Amino acid sequence: MKILIVEDEAKISEYLRQGLTEAGFLVDLARNGLDGHHRAMTESYDLVILDVMLPDINGWKILQALRDAGDKVPVLFLTARDTVDDRVKGLELGADDYLVKPFAFAELLARVRTLLRRGAAPAIETSLNVADLELDLMRRRVIRAGRRITLTAKEFALLELLIRHENEVLPRSLIASQVWDMNFDSNTNVIDVAIRRLRAKVDDSFDCKLIHTVRGMGYMLEAAGES
Amino acid sequence: MRRPLSLALRLTLMFGIAAAVAFTIFGWVIVQSTENHFKDQDSDELEVIADAAQAVLSDNRARLEHALLERRFADILVGHHEASLYVSGPDGRILYASAGPNLSPLASGVREGPGANAVRDWSDSDHNYRVLTEFVYIGDATAKVPYMLAVAVPIEHHLVFLADFRRNLLLLIVASIALMSLMGWIAVRRGHAPLHDIVERIRRIRANELDIRLSPDAVPAELRELAVSFNEMLERVDEVFHRLSEFNADIAHELRTPIATLMTQTEVGLSRARAADEYREILYSNMEEYDRMAKMVGDMLFLAQSDNRRQEHSLTEFNLASEVTALFEFYEGWAEERAVTLALTGATRVTGDRLMLRRALSNLLSNAIRYTPAGGTVQVSLGPSNEGSIRISVSNPGPTISPEHIPRLFDRFYRIDPSRQHDDPGVGLGLAIVKSVVKSHDGTVSVLSADGRTCFEISLPRSGACGS
Repeated sequence: MKILIVEDEAKISEYLRQGLTEAGFLVDLARNGLDGHHRAMTESYDLVILDVMLPDINGWKILQALRDAGDKVPVLFLTARDTVDDRVKGLELGADDYLVKPFAFAELLARVRTLLRRGAAPAIETSLNVADLELDLMRRRVIRAGRRITLTAKEFALLELLIRHENEVLPRSLIASQVWDMNFDSNTNVIDVAIRRLRAKVDDSFDCKLIHTVRGMGYMLEAAGES
Repeated sequence: MRRPLSLALRLTLMFGIAAAVAFTIFGWVIVQSTENHFKDQDSDELEVIADAAQAVLSDNRARLEHALLERRFADILVGHHEASLYVSGPDGRILYASAGPNLSPLASGVREGPGANAVRDWSDSDHNYRVLTEFVYIGDATAKVPYMLAVAVPIEHHLVFLADFRRNLLLLIVASIALMSLMGWIAVRRGHAPLHDIVERIRRIRANELDIRLSPDAVPAELRELAVSFNEMLERVDEVFHRLSEFNADIAHELRTPIATLMTQTEVGLSRARAADEYREILYSNMEEYDRMAKMVGDMLFLAQSDNRRQEHSLTEFNLASEVTALFEFYEGWAEERAVTLALTGATRVTGDRLMLRRALSNLLSNAIRYTPAGGTVQVSLGPSNEGSIRISVSNPGPTISPEHIPRLFDRFYRIDPSRQHDDPGVGLGLAIVKSVVKSHDGTVSVLSADGRTCFEISLPRSGACGS
């Protein structure tokens, strides 16, 4: 998977490149709008991460040029100004998602993965499996090691999210917005409590722990032994 | 848009037009009366001569004797030395023609009929005259014969006088109009002096002296409203300005602590070589501080938006009860862990920005849960209020907030107990956000805390007429 980052801020761009490279992506970095424009138009990428405020050509122009040329590559834009205007403009121009600076890298990673997956044909799944855990999506049932586990609707949704993003770190804010549709920081440890309760049901009575805390970043579901 | 004419120019023009109209009417009346006066004078003279001539003709004796007749006609003209007299008989024979202009063309041009005996203006090749022609019938009732009388007085000097008079009057009027306009302009300028004073005073107001006010009693009555409204505007600017500068100071202050922590931590970390785990520990700790700062910045941006961009509300009508239920679902695990029960009574629909109101409710709810002792219940109730608005209340048992904190509770970064701020992972903007969101919906928020129970109450207009 090849990603183009257009970002003029030296430190951010370098760390974004490092982070995404370490996450297994091929990353090209353009440090200014012209370079970014050129690369986006001439090379083929699976995803473009675009900073809106660039010194020469701004991100909107690059996005517009891409869409005018009929290129449907997913574009995630980064903005420091969290105004409705900016968001609306970006999405109207054909961006697929946006992040407001400052953002957590884990959040960026999760969104990048979601965007990259979006292109793939959605498989019609009836169940999800991780190690000895099985999620029956039709009957909304959870079975681990042959034992039936009773979950509330939200717990089921949380577990499903974790499994769908297996081996990915999910930041708390992403969990809150995906499971509860709460798109703001609640200043509480609601997510930690929810994870704790889910663990009590899913992990506590088993030796192999699936749900892991990634300190300072969020949570991750990972079948033990793989890492 | 075209710039409107200046007030001074407008008023000067109006003065000029008014003066022009008034003086023109005045001048016209004077000229007309003078002309009429001359006409009357001339008519009188002409009639006196004509009457005398008629009397001479009526005298039978005189008619017979030509020399006598001529002398008597000449006598008439004594004292009217500029006038001319012409008399012709029924047969067209000239009985008398005085020296001066030849009146025979005039007399021969007159036919019997209405308008024959009238005063009118006449001119020969050289001069202008006022003339009277008259048919005079002499004789008994059966055999009347017409004699022709023509009398003329020159009016050249009158015409010259009138022309001079008109010219002078015109000059006078033009000069008066100019003078009036000039005086009007000066008056307007002087009348505007209080306005200039106000401008001068406003110009002197600097950002650090927004407490200066114009005195509404020191300006003319017409400008009083202006002064009062300006003062009111200044009041609002002053308030916002103070709030902003306080807010700025608060931000700087609030950022100082995490930055100091980060700097110290990083410096100490770098001061000597350490094991990877230790570095990781430092980075984790830094991460927490960054998180706090990012939250603070995010909250501040949200506040700025809900404060300033009211028009951006995406208004929808929605069921408030289901919003609260969604929030209950979100907080239920956390509340359960703290042995706090959540309860909702009532239901209502509301028109507003769903996400913003959800956030405001979330802030109230999380506060309420946080301060409720184990075993307590957070009560949310929705419903119409007596005043016809929508009332949302969030109440919880818990420590009473002492009255001195109440007025500042919704201020940004205000904490009841600054030393205990780390019990609350928030940055002290939660209630400020509540207030800002409610305000942007034209609602009010209040708090009542007594006898171990705290109740926040939001009142929203039913129409959801926000941003209007």
